[in-house]
Amino acid sequence: MSLTQEEVFEKVKKVIVEGLGVSEDLVKMESSYTDDLGADSLDTVELVMALEEEFGTEIADEDAEKLTTVTKTVEFILSKN
Amino acid sequence: MRLKDKNILITGSTRGIGLAIAHVCAGEGANIVIHGTNKEKVKDIVNSLQQRYQTKIVGFDYDIKNYDNCQNLVKDSINALTSLDVLVNNAGITRDNLLIKMTEQEWNDVIETNLNSVFSMTKAVTRPFLKQKSGKIINMSSVVGLMGNAGQANYAATKGGMIAFTKSIAKEFGAKGIQCNAIAPGFIKTDMIDTLPDDYLDTIIKSIPARKLGSTDDVSKLVLFLASDESSYITGQTISVDGGMNI
Repeated sequence: MSLTQEEVFEKVKKVIVEGLGVSEDLVKMESSYTDDLGADSLDTVELVMALEEEFGTEIADEDAEKLTTVTKTVEFILSKN
Repeated sequence: MRLKDKNILITGSTRGIGLAIAHVCAGEGANIVIHGTNKEKVKDIVNSLQQRYQTKIVGFDYDIKNYDNCQNLVKDSINALTSLDVLVNNAGITRDNLLIKMTEQEWNDVIETNLNSVFSMTKAVTRPFLKQKSGKIINMSSVVGLMGNAGQANYAATKGGMIAFTKSIAKEFGAKGIQCNAIAPGFIKTDMIDTLPDDYLDTIIKSIPARKLGSTDDVSKLVLFLASDESSYITGQTISVDGGMNI
């Protein structure tokens, strides 16, 4: 069963809140991990690892590099579903 | 039991310092992955450790000059022990020669075994370590990585490289609960030293303040400390175990 965009966003948000320790209301679709959410480059690697676990999927390094915002992440996960 | 239930992978642990580390860590309650290139030797060591200690002991014989083999070694180790807490990059060889006589092969052999393996093994553990938000990497450098040594340009380059690598990894992963330290043993009684001419060894011993060679346990006891929770605020350091040779 494939998830809706809203469901994917909620799950991604949960991973971000746990991984980066930011408050939930800071995480919006347009948020950039490094610019808005204070992630460093290693944080984003960890985030991708946590997303892989959450969604039970593998994210290749070259794809992971492009996931710089919440929107891009949600769209990428929807495309894999 | 200073390492109770810790899972430790030691490369090059069928003899010398690596084997001493395996004994000391198993004796303190750690589960051990033995690694060496000789299949029979690995099997023998695993058997003898299993008879002596109550902890889980497994062994693999990958050639860690190869990047993919390192990935597999870590994967197999985690499958066997469920997780890894400590990686000891201990495997190393010498191909001593004066630079003027040193062949490209002698240079490359030492770089591949001593330094490339450290990159590949460390990279292989970073994902699992990041996931569990903890992990310790211990790199076996050498006094010659700090001081240099005539006839060992290749070996010294790898050992110096390991020290700079250690510092970089400590900085990259410091905030992630992952520590990386190096040990710089001096002249320790092992097979590696046996190949040196006696008169050369005598000269070396005279240059050591302690006036004697070190034992493998002098080094393994430091590994025990660095692998344990006792050293949780130490990272990026190179600690000498050399009888004062490098002061």
